[in-house]
Amino acid sequence: MDFLNALVALLNFVVVPATAYGAQLALGALGVTLVYGILRFSNFAHGDTMAFGTMATILFTWGLQAAGISLGPVPTALLALPAGIAAAALLVLGTDRAVYRFYRRRKANPVILVIVSMGVMFIYNGLVRLVIGPGDRNFDDGARFIFTVRDFREATGLDEGVGLRTSQAITVITAVIVVAVLFWFLNHTRTGKSMRAFSDNEDLALLSGINPERVVMVTWLIVAALATVAGVLYGLDKSFRPLTYFQLLLPIFAAAIVGGLGSPLGAIAGGFVIAFSEVTITYAWKKVLEYLLPQSLEPSGLVQLLSTDYKFAVSFMILVVVLLFRPTGLFRGKSV
Amino acid sequence: MKHLLTATAAAALLAAPALAQDDTVKIGILLGFTGPIESMTQGMATGAEFAIQEINDSGNFPLGTVEPVRADSTCIDAAAATAAAERLITSDGVAAIIGAACSGVTGAVLQNVARPNGIVMISPSATSPALSDAEDDGLFFRTAPSDARQGEVIAEVLAERGVNEIALTYTNNDYGKGLADSIQSAFEAQGGTVTISAAHEDGKADYSAEIGALASAGGDILVVAGYADQGGQGIVRAALDAGAFDTFQLPDGMVSDSLTDTFGSEIDGSYGQIGGSDSEGGVTFAEMADEAGFDATGAYTAESYDAAALMLLAMAAAGSTESAEFKDKITEVANAPGEPIQPGELGRALEILAEGGDIDYVGATAIELVGNGESAGNFREVEVRNGEFETIGYR
Repeated sequence: MDFLNALVALLNFVVVPATAYGAQLALGALGVTLVYGILRFSNFAHGDTMAFGTMATILFTWGLQAAGISLGPVPTALLALPAGIAAAALLVLGTDRAVYRFYRRRKANPVILVIVSMGVMFIYNGLVRLVIGPGDRNFDDGARFIFTVRDFREATGLDEGVGLRTSQAITVITAVIVVAVLFWFLNHTRTGKSMRAFSDNEDLALLSGINPERVVMVTWLIVAALATVAGVLYGLDKSFRPLTYFQLLLPIFAAAIVGGLGSPLGAIAGGFVIAFSEVTITYAWKKVLEYLLPQSLEPSGLVQLLSTDYKFAVSFMILVVVLLFRPTGLFRGKSV
Repeated sequence: MKHLLTATAAAALLAAPALAQDDTVKIGILLGFTGPIESMTQGMATGAEFAIQEINDSGNFPLGTVEPVRADSTCIDAAAATAAAERLITSDGVAAIIGAACSGVTGAVLQNVARPNGIVMISPSATSPALSDAEDDGLFFRTAPSDARQGEVIAEVLAERGVNEIALTYTNNDYGKGLADSIQSAFEAQGGTVTISAAHEDGKADYSAEIGALASAGGDILVVAGYADQGGQGIVRAALDAGAFDTFQLPDGMVSDSLTDTFGSEIDGSYGQIGGSDSEGGVTFAEMADEAGFDATGAYTAESYDAAALMLLAMAAAGSTESAEFKDKITEVANAPGEPIQPGELGRALEILAEGGDIDYVGATAIELVGNGESAGNFREVEVRNGEFETIGYR
C-alpha cells in the first residue's frame, strides 16, 4: 500500500507534469532543429514564433466562442489551431522573404543569421505584446479534468491521488500525432526526402535538381505549424503570456542541443530529458521517501536537490555538460 | 538720520525671523512625489495638508499658524531623500517631518537626518517590519501598521481555527519576504510548525514544481503571501490541480475579487485578512474629503491625515514645537484614556487640551499606537463563501 502511495504521488507530481512539459519542449525543439538542419542557423525567434502562433489561435478562439461554437469538453482552441498555423506561416514566410532570403543569397555566415534572428525575435515579441498585451491570457474553455485527484482517491481508497488534466492528455496525444506525421513526411514523401538531402549536403542536393527555395518554404511551413502547435499546447496546459514564451527559448535550445542539433529524433529525446531533469531535480522527495523507507530512516528535510527557483539552471547545467562531453548530442547531430 | 535708518533696518532684520518663529510652525511633508509611488503621493500630501488646514481654521492651535512645506523623498533614492530632509530642517526650519513614504528611504532619513537633528518623524506609509526595531531615540512613529503586525494577526487567526502546521509560500520581493518571515516567527512563537517557507517568482506560466515541494512538505493549510493577479494565483491554481491543498490562508495581497472571479467556489473555506476597519472615523473622513474635493480612498490618504493631526495635537498638548518636548506626547494623545476624537473634531481636541484635558485620538483609521510607536493596524477578516469574499469580522 505504501509502495502504491509512493508511486501515485510520484505520478502526480513528477511523471504526469514532466511528460506533458516534455512533449511541449519536444515539439518546440523539433522546430529549432529543423531550422538548424536545413536553413543552417540557430533560430532565436522560435520562442516568439510560438507566441505569435498562439496569439493568432487565441484570437480565432475568441471569434469562435463569440459565434457560439465549441467542442464540448475539448478546448475550442483546437478548432482554431489551423487558422493560427496559417497566420504563423504567413508571418514566417513573410519574414523569410523580407529578411532571411537577403542573407541567404549573400551566403552570409551562420553567426550573422543568428544575430538577424535575434532582431526578428525582438520584433515578433513586440508585435505580440502590441496586439494582445503583456498580461496573462487563459483560453482553455473545455473540461479541466479527465479525472481529478479527489476522484482518484475516492475510487482507489489510497491516501495519495493522481489527477489528469484534459490539456495534459491532449498535449501528449497531439504531440504523438504530430511527430508521427512529421516522420512519415520526412521519410516517405518526395518533398521530405529532398529536405533531408538538402540538409545532408546542400551542393549535392542542388546538383540533383532540388529547388532550394521550395525546400526553404516547406521548412518554414512545417516550423510554423510545429511552433504554433507547441505554443498552443503549452498555453492550454499552463497559461499564455508573451514573456514566458521568450523564456522558453532556453529549455527548447537545451533540448535540441542535448538531442543533437539537426536530429529530429534527438529533439524529442532531448525535450523529455530536459523536462524530467528539471522536474526531478527540483522535486522535494520527502513525501515519496516517507512512504518507501522504514520509519527510522524517514528524512526530516525536504530532500530537494535544488530549490524550484533554479529550474532554468538545470537546463543550463545539462547544456554545459553535453557541450563539454558530447558536443554532437545524444543522437549524433551536428556539433555546435 | 543715517543712524535711525540703520537701526530700523537692523530692528526689522532681527524682528522678522523672531516674528516668523512665533507665529508660524513649519511642518515638512517629505513624500515620494516622484518615483514608483508618485501616483499615491499627491493624495497622501493632500490628506496631511487637509488636517493642517483644519487645525488652522479652528483658530485653537496655541503655537501659531501651521505651514506645510513639501519635499520629495523619491521613494528609492536614499541620498536624494536625505538631502531633501536636510534642506527641510536647515533652510526651511521645519519643526517636524511627516514622512517618508517608502520604508527604505524612511530608514535612511531617520538615521542620517532625524536622529542627528533630534527631529520627530511620523511616516504614514512605511510598513517594513525592520523599522520597528530601528534605533530611533523615540523620534520615529508611523500611522501605518508594520507588516509584522499582519503576521501576528495571521498567527492568531490560524490558532483560533486550530491549525498546527502550515506550508508557506511568498512572492520573492521585500513585501513577500518580510511578511513571510513575520508570519513564520509569530506562528512558531505560538508553538505552530512551518513545514516549508518557499519563495515563488511572479509572472511564470507554471507553478507545479513549486507546489510539488510544498505538497511534499505538507501542512494543514497553505499560506500564500503573494499577489492575487500574479504568482499567488498561479500557486493556488497549481495547488488545486495537483490536489495538494484545498484551503488557503490569504494575506492582504491576495484578498481581491480577481481571485474569486477566477476560482469561484473552488476555494470555498479559504480565509484571509486585509487592512481596514469599520470605524465611523473612516466614514466621516470620506465625507469630509468628498466635500473638500479629494479622494479619501486613496492608499494611505487617511493615514497621512492622522499623521499630521497626531503631530499637531501632540505639539499642542506639550505646548511646544520642540521635538524633544512633544515626542512623548504623541502616544499619549493617540491612545486612551481621554475623550475620543474623530476626524473633523480637531478644533474640539485643541480646546480640550487647552483646558488641560486628555484626548484619545481615533482619527480616520481608528489609530492605536503600540510597541515602538506604530499603528496597531486594523484588519478585516474575510472568508470565501459560495465563491465570494465575505467579511466575517474585524480585529
